[in-house]
Amino acid sequence: MTVAARFEIPYSQFLDPHGKAVAPLPAFAQDPAALILLYRAMVLMRTYDAKAIALQRTGQIGTYASILGKEAVEAGVGAAMQKDDVLLCTYRENGVQIMRGVTMRELLVYWGGDERGSDYSGPRRDFPVCITIASQCLHAVGVAYAIKLHQEPRAAVCMLGDGATSKGDFYESINAAGTWQLPVVFVVTNNQWAISVPRKTQSAAQTLAQKAIAAGFEGVQADGNDVVAVHHAMREALAKARSGGGPTLIEAVTYRLADHTTADDASRYRPPEELAEAWKREPVLRLRNYLSDAGAWNRALEEELLRQSDEQVQAAAQAYLDTPPPPVAQMFDHLYATLPAAYAAQRAALTSAAGKSA
Amino acid sequence: MAQITLVEAVNLALARAMADDPDVVVLGEDVGKDGGVFRATLGLLDKFGSGRVIDTPLAENLIAGMAIGMAAEGLRPVCEIQFSGFAYTTLDQMLNHAGRMRHRTQGRLSCPMVLRTPCGAGIHPPEHHSESPDAMFAHIPGIRVVYPSSPKRAYGLLLAAIRDPDPVVFLEPTRLYRLFKEDVIDNGEALALDACFTLREGTDVTLVTWGAMIHETLQVADELREQGIAAEVIDIATLKPLDFDTILASVARTGRCVVVTEAPRHCSIASEIAATLAEQGLLTLLAPVQRVTAPDVVVPLARLEQHYLPGKQQIIAAVKKTLEFA
Repeated sequence: MTVAARFEIPYSQFLDPHGKAVAPLPAFAQDPAALILLYRAMVLMRTYDAKAIALQRTGQIGTYASILGKEAVEAGVGAAMQKDDVLLCTYRENGVQIMRGVTMRELLVYWGGDERGSDYSGPRRDFPVCITIASQCLHAVGVAYAIKLHQEPRAAVCMLGDGATSKGDFYESINAAGTWQLPVVFVVTNNQWAISVPRKTQSAAQTLAQKAIAAGFEGVQADGNDVVAVHHAMREALAKARSGGGPTLIEAVTYRLADHTTADDASRYRPPEELAEAWKREPVLRLRNYLSDAGAWNRALEEELLRQSDEQVQAAAQAYLDTPPPPVAQMFDHLYATLPAAYAAQRAALTSAAGKSA
Repeated sequence: MAQITLVEAVNLALARAMADDPDVVVLGEDVGKDGGVFRATLGLLDKFGSGRVIDTPLAENLIAGMAIGMAAEGLRPVCEIQFSGFAYTTLDQMLNHAGRMRHRTQGRLSCPMVLRTPCGAGIHPPEHHSESPDAMFAHIPGIRVVYPSSPKRAYGLLLAAIRDPDPVVFLEPTRLYRLFKEDVIDNGEALALDACFTLREGTDVTLVTWGAMIHETLQVADELREQGIAAEVIDIATLKPLDFDTILASVARTGRCVVVTEAPRHCSIASEIAATLAEQGLLTLLAPVQRVTAPDVVVPLARLEQHYLPGKQQIIAAVKKTLEFA
């Protein structure tokens, strides 16, 4: 018997759970100033996340999906992307979106139940968050195909979760991305849980990264709680994509420290000791420990950062709360480029009825 | 000017659109060297290259989904789904994304794509090749559904669909692909996407139909004329949005209406037309609206196909019923 194929999945980690360097840091991370930028972003998104949950608990936004525990993935990805790349993400990637220039007010407007929140003032070509699992992977293939056809030095970044890798949409997408060697990076956040179903129930595959091997391109694992590892993997994948080297799949191994959404209660299915263990590996404290040990961070800087982050988040929340509800005509006005005459009467009836009830 | 078939008219419109606009791309299974299983994309690969005439991996959901990504990035993708029964896996993408993209981004992103698929029964094919998904697609907000029934209308409506800024599902009647030829001028002129076509004028009864059933319906109109009955024939062609004004105006003149479709009856477009006539045209009706449809059954295999498709006799009987109503 001969061997038809062999493969390996590299796993990268630079900072251990205590924030100690376990490998020589990549060039970008040599300068603590660069890591401080990542740290600031992570603290801001954690502050935003807590506020969003508070707004939901007080009935001021609808169901919200927390990013708690995922800050290193979000910051590592967001900081590596260029402005004209295209992000196709899920509902659990608000941190990346903030780094891309979507305002926290816009994000809250969306969670508050208003489509105008997806009319981003910043990254105009980024896709709105995808709720139906893995269906954005197919869009990412189309975006990347268009980029390649137009010979532009840009890339599509498609983010998804561990559960999404069970879907046909995902397999169809990675297969096509490999076939055409498209400029796309698939970032799989493996947070161990798809609502109540654990990672081992999703797939017998030893890693999720190896699914890329079947599609004919590189798959790597990174410690998803180590922002240096995620950012490094992402920089390499994007450089490869932009220079015609084709797709990459990055499996960021992390843990969902929150419930699935504010409508979920993870204590129904998740052992508390597992959660307690996961907190010991969480990403924000890890980076702070590293920076403190390096003499680049201290209590005063921390307090100032928390104060600034809180101020920004409070201002965004207030701006959201001050946003008047959308007009009823919103349902019709961007349904088509020009509303067909056939629907004019429906629009008129609904806006007139709303006017009377107002 | 040349006498061409409906499928050749589709091919002509695709070539024209691709020549006019470098952002128009064609994607699907076997659309490249093979020219499509019905040859609708014949010759396009040689003219426009494999970057724009794209043989995809075998995955219909991928074809629709990637078209959405392409469209958002400025391309004008025209997808081919090989057979109607394979189009159902695209419903998720068409419903959850194509039809919603403009709305959910409040106009920031849009989805100018076309999803073409042959459909309808009557060519004795294998299973899943004879479906009529028109009402399913027409139920999706934010998209258009077009169903031409002649080479001329196929050419003009496909050009319109490709140039339209919103997603269009373009259904092609397989049975008419090569049934007859028509003079088609390749002048690049599109037809309107929201107007019915009145194919015969008449004062006694209005026959409303679309797709391949146009063929039998026109024959019935001719036969009725010999019996002294003047039937007006309307090809609705653009199923969504639907030009009810033309239908209502016609029925206001004739007082009678028979709607003919080869789709199953329940929740069909025929039902929508009958309901609208009841709602907005009741006082002009001299008889109840009749629906001539396929039964609510699974499309049978070849041996029973002719019993499944509505025939001329059923249409004539329905017309007679409206005429005999007091």
